[in-house]
Amino acid sequence: MDFDLTSEQQAIRDTCRDFAREVVAPAAEELDRESKFGYDVVRQMGELGLFGLPFSEEYGGAGGDFLSLCLAIEEISRADTGVGITLEAAVCLGASPIHDFGTKEQKERWLPDLLAGRNLWAFGLTEPEAGSDAGATKTRAEIRDGSWVINGSKQFITNCGTDISAGVTVTAVTGKPNGGRPEISAIMIPTGTHGYHVLESYRKLGWHSSDTHPLSFEDCVVPRENLLGVEGGGYRQFLHTLMGGRIAIAALSVGLAQACLDASLAYAKERRTFGVAISKHQAVQFKLADMAMETELARTMVYRAAVTYMRSGAETTDEARMLAAMCKLYASEASKRAADQAVQIHGGYGFMEDYPVARYWRDVKINEIGEGTSEVQRMLIARLLGC
Amino acid sequence: MKIVVTVKQVPDPNSNLTLEADNTLSREKEVVLDPGDECGVEEALQLKEAHGGEVILVSMGPERAKDAIRKGLSMGADRGILITDPQLAGADALLTARALAAAIKAEGPDLVICGTESYDGSTGMVPPMLAELLGAPQVSFAKKVEVDGSNLKVHRQTADGYQVVEVATPALITVTAAIAEPRYASLKGIMAARSKEIKQLALGDLGIERGEAAETIEGLAEAETRKSGVVIEFDGTAIDRIMAVLAEAKVI
Repeated sequence: MDFDLTSEQQAIRDTCRDFAREVVAPAAEELDRESKFGYDVVRQMGELGLFGLPFSEEYGGAGGDFLSLCLAIEEISRADTGVGITLEAAVCLGASPIHDFGTKEQKERWLPDLLAGRNLWAFGLTEPEAGSDAGATKTRAEIRDGSWVINGSKQFITNCGTDISAGVTVTAVTGKPNGGRPEISAIMIPTGTHGYHVLESYRKLGWHSSDTHPLSFEDCVVPRENLLGVEGGGYRQFLHTLMGGRIAIAALSVGLAQACLDASLAYAKERRTFGVAISKHQAVQFKLADMAMETELARTMVYRAAVTYMRSGAETTDEARMLAAMCKLYASEASKRAADQAVQIHGGYGFMEDYPVARYWRDVKINEIGEGTSEVQRMLIARLLGC
Repeated sequence: MKIVVTVKQVPDPNSNLTLEADNTLSREKEVVLDPGDECGVEEALQLKEAHGGEVILVSMGPERAKDAIRKGLSMGADRGILITDPQLAGADALLTARALAAAIKAEGPDLVICGTESYDGSTGMVPPMLAELLGAPQVSFAKKVEVDGSNLKVHRQTADGYQVVEVATPALITVTAAIAEPRYASLKGIMAARSKEIKQLALGDLGIERGEAAETIEGLAEAETRKSGVVIEFDGTAIDRIMAVLAEAKVI
């Protein structure tokens, strides 16, 4: 049993930590306040190599491993989770399925720009009536005159509406439900395709620096070869990819929990009541101790889930599935508690937007919802227990 | 152009420095590539990008100084050389320069880039000694370097401006932080650095012996603390008194 990171993983973490502190953090407050997408930050992330981190050199990746990606997401999210989710969605949901299931032509056409961060690719799974119940997908795609014709809508889609968004992969029903489950396939739709509409962005509670829109498809036509992976493979073939996304969201949660601890500890050492720094009061110390403990527990869980996920390869083992669900569930809820206590430690100032913990508190809630709600994670764990 | 950059692993400037019982700097704390050397590596990489060639990092230190070399390799340098030998522990400037010179001579570079002084020892003596031992001209405090055939045009920082000095290669320059903003090691660079060579040399490989120390630390004293300023309170004559102070300091 060895809990040490390799020297490359440490170097990647340290580089991302410096980059996050010097480039991501200074921009965070303004991007949040103005609900702006950080083009300049994302460009520099691309130059650093973040968008190609876990991919092979063949298409311009850095050849790092999945744990390194989790370390990067943690450090970036420590500065700004809106930027963290931009990275997570671009890599885990956008580029990974193309890398894992795309044809040689699809990879050569799209991956070099995606891995360099010059372009972003989105993944459209969730629909107004199909979220946790992804099998209820209503969007349809049918072959007409040798091309796919797509009709339907998607919602809460990250990275689809920026100036550098190159397209979206959507899940759609491609076969008639023959008494059984509908046949679902994944189809790639480039930005600008006739009939593909990116609707007005949402007004969100948090993650203001991330780009999120609803999408609609009206007789949207793309070539037959835009099918990604096997016809009817649907999201089942992406379960492995999505499991990685789940662990990555846990890493994002750890980053935010750490940010809450950083801000709270600094504040508690500075702020004085009854003649001493509030960090000398046991009531505050216990909160800080709990935050530190839960952040470290969540981090350890993420590392273990990430390593198990890497070792399980394309086969989705029950152990990997269990650990992914557990780390997502624990880290997201731990980050929620950390943000809550961070605001409490800051007292009235914590309710003011002048302090970053107010942003952390708004940003944290989605951790328990995105990429599988806490309820879905508990359901998965219970199912794996044999319930 | 073949460029050697001397690099040193030093205690993290963000940590508190402490001294050992023998008055040498404690190296227990987290150690990093000297920030001044990062500027030198960056300049070397920029020269290589513009004119082609090779960038070789040479360091002297314990085995873990490999991490400092690895940092420079991640930024894009081609390979590294680490001089490490138990006999070199506590080496003074001259022994350091002799060891570095022996390793660098074997490479026959066109240009050697050093920091002006190390972050920790700050003697600033190794570069001139090294230039002497290499038989190469030294240009110190370089803030800009232009390549002109086999000559270099070096902008040399002075107290009241800069000089433009022309020098024939092979040459040694010491650089200031103004020379180049160090790049982030790209993630691709970090992964690529794994497979880059770091050659390890002991004193025997260099054909030199430790010899007598040229300098020893006799003692240390606290630096004199700055005297506190004068407080001029507002009483009607304050402006005149401030003007007098400024005039005396020759700033107006």
